[in-house]
Amino acid sequence: MATTTLHDAHHDAHPTGVMRWLTSTNHKDIGTLYLWFSFIMFLFAGGLAMLIRAELFQPGLQFFQPNLFNQFTTMHGLIMIFGAIMPAFVGFANWQIPMMIGAPDMAFPRLNNWSFWLLPAAASLLLMSFLMPGGAAAGGWTMYPPLFIQGGMSYDMTIFAIHIMGLSSIIGSINIITTILNMRTPGMTMMKMPIFVWTWLITAFLLLSAMPVLASAVTMLLTDRHFGTYFFNAAGGGDPVMFQHIFWFFGHPEVYIMILPAFGILSSIIPTFSRKPLFGYDSMVYATAAIALLSFLVWAHHMFTVGMPAASQLFFMYATMLIAIPTGVKVFNWTATMWRGSITFETPMLFAIAVVCLFTIGGFSGLVLAIVPVDIQLQDTYYVVAHFHYVLFSGAAMSIMAGVYYWLPKWTGHMYDERLGKIHFWLTTIAFNVTFFPMHFIGLAGMPRRIPDYALQFAEFNMLQSIGSFVLGASQLLFLYTVIKCIRGGATAGDRPWEGADSLEWTLTSPPPYHSFQTAPAFK
Amino acid sequence: MPCNIRSALPTITISLSATSAYADFRFNLQPAVTPIATEIYDLHNLILLVCLAIFIVVFGVMFYALYKHRKSVGHSPAQFSHNTKLEVVWTIIPFFILVGMAYPTTQTILRMKTVENTDMSIKVTGRQWYWEYEYMDAGVNYVSNLATPRDQIDNKAAKTPHYLLEVDQPMVVPTGKKVRLLLTASDVIHSWWIPAFGVKQDAIPGFINEAWFQVDKPGIYRGQCAELCGVGHGFMPIVVEAKPQEEYDAWLKNQKAQLAATAEAATKDYTLDELKTRGETIFNSRCAACHQANGQGIPGVFPPLVGGAAFANQDTLKRLAERGFAKDGKIVLGPKDKHLDIVMHGIPGTAMQGLGAQMTDLEVAAVITYERNSWGNKTGDMLQPKEVAAVRKSKG
Ligand SMILES: [Cu+2]
Ligand SMILES: [Cu+2]
Repeated sequence: MATTTLHDAHHDAHPTGVMRWLTSTNHKDIGTLYLWFSFIMFLFAGGLAMLIRAELFQPGLQFFQPNLFNQFTTMHGLIMIFGAIMPAFVGFANWQIPMMIGAPDMAFPRLNNWSFWLLPAAASLLLMSFLMPGGAAAGGWTMYPPLFIQGGMSYDMTIFAIHIMGLSSIIGSINIITTILNMRTPGMTMMKMPIFVWTWLITAFLLLSAMPVLASAVTMLLTDRHFGTYFFNAAGGGDPVMFQHIFWFFGHPEVYIMILPAFGILSSIIPTFSRKPLFGYDSMVYATAAIALLSFLVWAHHMFTVGMPAASQLFFMYATMLIAIPTGVKVFNWTATMWRGSITFETPMLFAIAVVCLFTIGGFSGLVLAIVPVDIQLQDTYYVVAHFHYVLFSGAAMSIMAGVYYWLPKWTGHMYDERLGKIHFWLTTIAFNVTFFPMHFIGLAGMPRRIPDYALQFAEFNMLQSIGSFVLGASQLLFLYTVIKCIRGGATAGDRPWEGADSLEWTLTSPPPYHSFQTAPAFK
Repeated sequence: MPCNIRSALPTITISLSATSAYADFRFNLQPAVTPIATEIYDLHNLILLVCLAIFIVVFGVMFYALYKHRKSVGHSPAQFSHNTKLEVVWTIIPFFILVGMAYPTTQTILRMKTVENTDMSIKVTGRQWYWEYEYMDAGVNYVSNLATPRDQIDNKAAKTPHYLLEVDQPMVVPTGKKVRLLLTASDVIHSWWIPAFGVKQDAIPGFINEAWFQVDKPGIYRGQCAELCGVGHGFMPIVVEAKPQEEYDAWLKNQKAQLAATAEAATKDYTLDELKTRGETIFNSRCAACHQANGQGIPGVFPPLVGGAAFANQDTLKRLAERGFAKDGKIVLGPKDKHLDIVMHGIPGTAMQGLGAQMTDLEVAAVITYERNSWGNKTGDMLQPKEVAAVRKSKG
């Protein structure tokens, strides 16, 4: 490719304009692409959430018929997970891992380019599926058969989109694993890597093991739909519950794929603003590994109502409860890191503190849901919706925001507007809780999820939730504005804008040079 | 021990929501009426309180640090990063807390899963989008549809208190008896759920699941389908009426008499108008979720029943054309015998399922007559229950 020869000859001559982005093999450019792609998807899927909340503002069908409503919930889930959260973390991995381990770039730059450019292809399949006869897939992001077998062409497009996104994730994780294992600067042993790098290493292994499982599950759906197989059709000797087992065998590790890198970001931010080393580095690493291993043993806790024997229920309940231990260790470590520090409250730290609190609430509701008899009451209610939004919005998405504020000065060379950052923080945190906290109550009181209309006793809370969600949605436009403002200009950040920051990326200029570390940096 | 927790929480609940008519279950699980649901209620409160206590301790410490160890008050940072004793302690303590939670939970699970010595069995079949109940010991079966009028859903009429939680014919059970449910589904997965009973069990096509409950307090208990099952998922409530044994027996007797009357009614001849009137009710409760009350369907998803309208789903069009219901990409009103065939046996490969097994001869006749004489369809065709019975006999 032309770009490569250019690189070899002149380090500073790269294509400009569109070609720069299309052909880039540079880890920072690709990281930027991932992050913008993810933000666009975040706004789109968030827009779908606004439509959902508009319909649920009051009982009765106001704006959308159930068929369209179900498309919104399905696509909101799929796009948020595969389009917004996962690519955002890969964006962080691209930007940060080479800089944190003292490498010039990722191990496979061209593969890196490809793994990104697969994503827009997959996303357009998903978005175009709205235009197909009958609209987009409406069977829920979990795609349970036989319901998912009933749909039209958009369901096939969804399956192919998942294939492509899975391929992208697998390529990306191979790249990340190779980079981390082979390109660390001399002296950086495994147990000296920044925790963010550790969490991504473990996440990449989770991706490698989980994505092929999802691919096989959706492939079986495809052949059931079109090629006369009966994997999931009881009439032909198949088993619809088998799909759920396969899906959640992917699905639970997937949860940790979306949260472990967030833990990594928190473990970078909290020591910086506490001006104190991370407490319990070793136990952080072991806890991350323990969570990852356990995540393969708990999948059926999503399926306690399918009618499994008591022995299985007990096994999956005990295994799930065990995850509380390493997760608890992490929260205790963060608390101990802050203890007797010298704490300041810049926007990244505010987000990080909020994430620790709110994620813990999500962790507790997860523990409540692990208790089989209680789960029987709460399965498929709004309690579950509250639970996974505490984990995925205030856990994953708000960590992403924290990370963006934290590293934006490094990436752009400018400080972001602290005042706007703080306004964004408070709006997001308050609106998030107004939206999602009452969902615990309506879930307990018996409101099922995925319904376009509901009984009257849930009306007040739903209205409150809708109002909260509109504020939450609008606040993210402020985030967009703050980020653009920072890219355009602002106070000079300097190499190390945060007093307490000490990983390798802060030894580089802001913004960093095109090839992060031309020579391996010294590392003690 | 759980009893104390139980009495504490509802007090908070009620005081927080005094304005609501549903004060007693706005913030917590609905009041339990079965032993299992009571155990679940206590378990949840117990675990909630333990979590709350841990939360307060951990974040108490964190917020103390955030307040006292600020840079702005001149706190200079310590540099410790390990404390093995502490780390071992906070790994082990949670383990014992978890064991404490697991112990009572395990006992409840084992009780839930013991479906023994039941007094009666009801087979529950989930269908898109209503429930069918079959009293296995009494030979009674019927379907249970959403009773909320369409106008309330479309905001054209004021909503009544049990909006979306009311059915035409509830499941009726005797109080004080252990009822076994055998759950299955005919199309996609549904989930039968009554919060007050602590019963939620998926109904899965091709499989039979078991559940049980025993209600001691007479009353009407409401729930909803809890597994996404398509466009009607929000509109297939579950209502159970628990009656004392004598009233239950009377109900059962009446139910049997009705079945006999239905059989008798099927032998009569009806006029076009009689059939249309009956057909309209049946259509609105059974067919309108997909084909819509105006017969227009949903373009590309559910075909219209009115001749002439265009419809985009090629697969479905092909199948309709094979049966004489589509020509040149347009829907036409096909022959009467094929119409009957579709209603009775469905169209394999589409969401249209055979309704023959769940509808009486009179109902099938009425709904077909209604469809062929409404929304601009003016065939004047009539179908008598006898004709349906004849077809049933010859084809099964
Ligand atoms: Cu899980
Ligand atoms: Cu349903």
